[in-house]
Amino acid sequence: MKGHSTLRDVAIAAIVLIVVLAIPLLHRSPAFEDFVIRLSAMALFATSLNLLVGNTGMVSFGHGMFYGLGAYAFGLTMQMTPLSLPVAAVLAVLVTTLGALLVGAICVRLSTDYFAFITLAVQMLFYSVIISWQSLTGGDQGLRGGIPRREIFGFELASQLHLYQFCAVVSVLGLLALRHISASPFGQTLRMIRDNENRASFLGIVLWQARLWAFTIAGAFAGLGGVLAALFVSGAYPEFADWPNSGQAIFAVMLGGLNSFLGPVLGAMILLALNDVVTRVTEYHGLVLGMVILAFALGLRRGVLDFLKLAWPGRSP
Amino acid sequence: MDLDALGACLTTPACVVTQTTSGLIVGMLLFLVAAGVTLIFGVLKIVNFAHGTFYMLGGYVAFSALGATDSYALAVLSGALAMVLFGVLFERALISRVYGSNVLMQLLICYAVVLIFDDLVKIIWGPEFHAMGMPPAFQVAPFFIAGGVVPPFYAVLIGIAALIAIVLGLGLSMTRLGKTIRAAAINPQMVSALGVNTTLLFAVVFAVGAGLAGLAGALAAPVRSLSPGMGFSVLIESFIVTVIGGMGSIAGALVSALMIGMVRGFGTIGFPQFTDGLIYIMMIFVLLLRPQGLFGHRS
Repeated sequence: MKGHSTLRDVAIAAIVLIVVLAIPLLHRSPAFEDFVIRLSAMALFATSLNLLVGNTGMVSFGHGMFYGLGAYAFGLTMQMTPLSLPVAAVLAVLVTTLGALLVGAICVRLSTDYFAFITLAVQMLFYSVIISWQSLTGGDQGLRGGIPRREIFGFELASQLHLYQFCAVVSVLGLLALRHISASPFGQTLRMIRDNENRASFLGIVLWQARLWAFTIAGAFAGLGGVLAALFVSGAYPEFADWPNSGQAIFAVMLGGLNSFLGPVLGAMILLALNDVVTRVTEYHGLVLGMVILAFALGLRRGVLDFLKLAWPGRSP
Repeated sequence: MDLDALGACLTTPACVVTQTTSGLIVGMLLFLVAAGVTLIFGVLKIVNFAHGTFYMLGGYVAFSALGATDSYALAVLSGALAMVLFGVLFERALISRVYGSNVLMQLLICYAVVLIFDDLVKIIWGPEFHAMGMPPAFQVAPFFIAGGVVPPFYAVLIGIAALIAIVLGLGLSMTRLGKTIRAAAINPQMVSALGVNTTLLFAVVFAVGAGLAGLAGALAAPVRSLSPGMGFSVLIESFIVTVIGGMGSIAGALVSALMIGMVRGFGTIGFPQFTDGLIYIMMIFVLLLRPQGLFGHRS
């Protein structure tokens, strides 16, 4: 994390964004565009989780709750009100932020293992509420009827190209914001808590406050990921808030590397790509995915980017 | 929500008996699985996320063994023994590599195993549901207690599970092996320094835990259907049991498994949609008020 410069980050983000936006102008590939749209949601989801796991040492098993909350809040707002898409998206992220603040206020005082379990329990409670509150959420069928993709600034989100551009822009901006937070003094504080909470406490940091902030911010960005996911599937499903989905985010973090900012993004890429490639070849994709995960976990013993960092020290991706 | 129905049920002895029986069967089977989770955590400090897989495989092995031998007793026995073997292999080949590493690494490895075996089950036994069917000796009319239906097979299952709970409890508190296991849970280095082969001990503990899960799967096979992925829901419930009862406490696992069984038994009448929700609320309250669990010790 040394020698960090905001300018460099912005430059990298701008270059990535330009490249991603330029690709469909040269060559249209629906499969690739689908992939990027799904990646944009999952990258935000996994990277926001890593603000807790990698940065603060808080292992949350219930991050999917905020992904689901963002998706449902956005979908319901779009269906029930005539608000424009950006307003609904901002509203959904605000709702998620508030939700994360409330859940965090209950959970953050518990120590590591218990924190993991209580976040899992709260998420599953939320999941049960989605399933049983059929009149509002559609129960286990999910939120149906589609999300009206009202046009914004001449953007027609019903077209795949525009959705692709929208998701890419939102995701890169979101990641940039997360990067900024993680590199800020606040981010450093979180890493100090992770490494030695007693020392942090002696220096006058109120641990639960810092953890609650981290939890709330992470929840907000997961909610933003949920908004993108809801746009992509044009609905919201209880599976968003179920525990396998939280598991996906954890695996993305672990596969990519939890000590590198871009680790979770790479992990999300690996997981999504594996899923796409393997499901095309065989119906037993769990078998292949499981073996790949085992190979990574036992072979590298850490995420890919963390492994590369160790292999070539001095360069920090 | 149908609280009137729940009230009506609670005042009718027949309904109370029927629901208590179904609650007991859920609770006791859950206890067998959770006892393994809690034992393995207590001694090895490993959160075994693959425990549901043992349960599933136990059921499937019993299913095949029944086809081969036509004997339910042998089927159940082979389901349990196969998982004892599988547990040892799993511990030696995979879990022993991540002792002491963080919980996420353990989660990752266990999850990989869950994925692999869910698909292997699909390949070997097919993706469809299998029903094992009740043993012919038990295909008789249920008996009635206070007007409530109690299928004889259920009563036997509950009895077997209760017997195992007692054997496990006594074994841990009275036998030399049990005492060594409890000592290793508190201070493995000291136990090792006193000349006990802790590597072997860990493998034994894992084998016992896996065997219990296999046994539960085999016992449950006649009353529930078999399907790939069936370990998933059992896994999460046995975690809830372990957390509520206290990680590492067998007595806690028994009490909280029975509690959850009863919530399931009576919840289906009062609030069928929200029994899961109620169980999660219980878990949240326990974690907030007594994070170490009802029977756990603060570390």
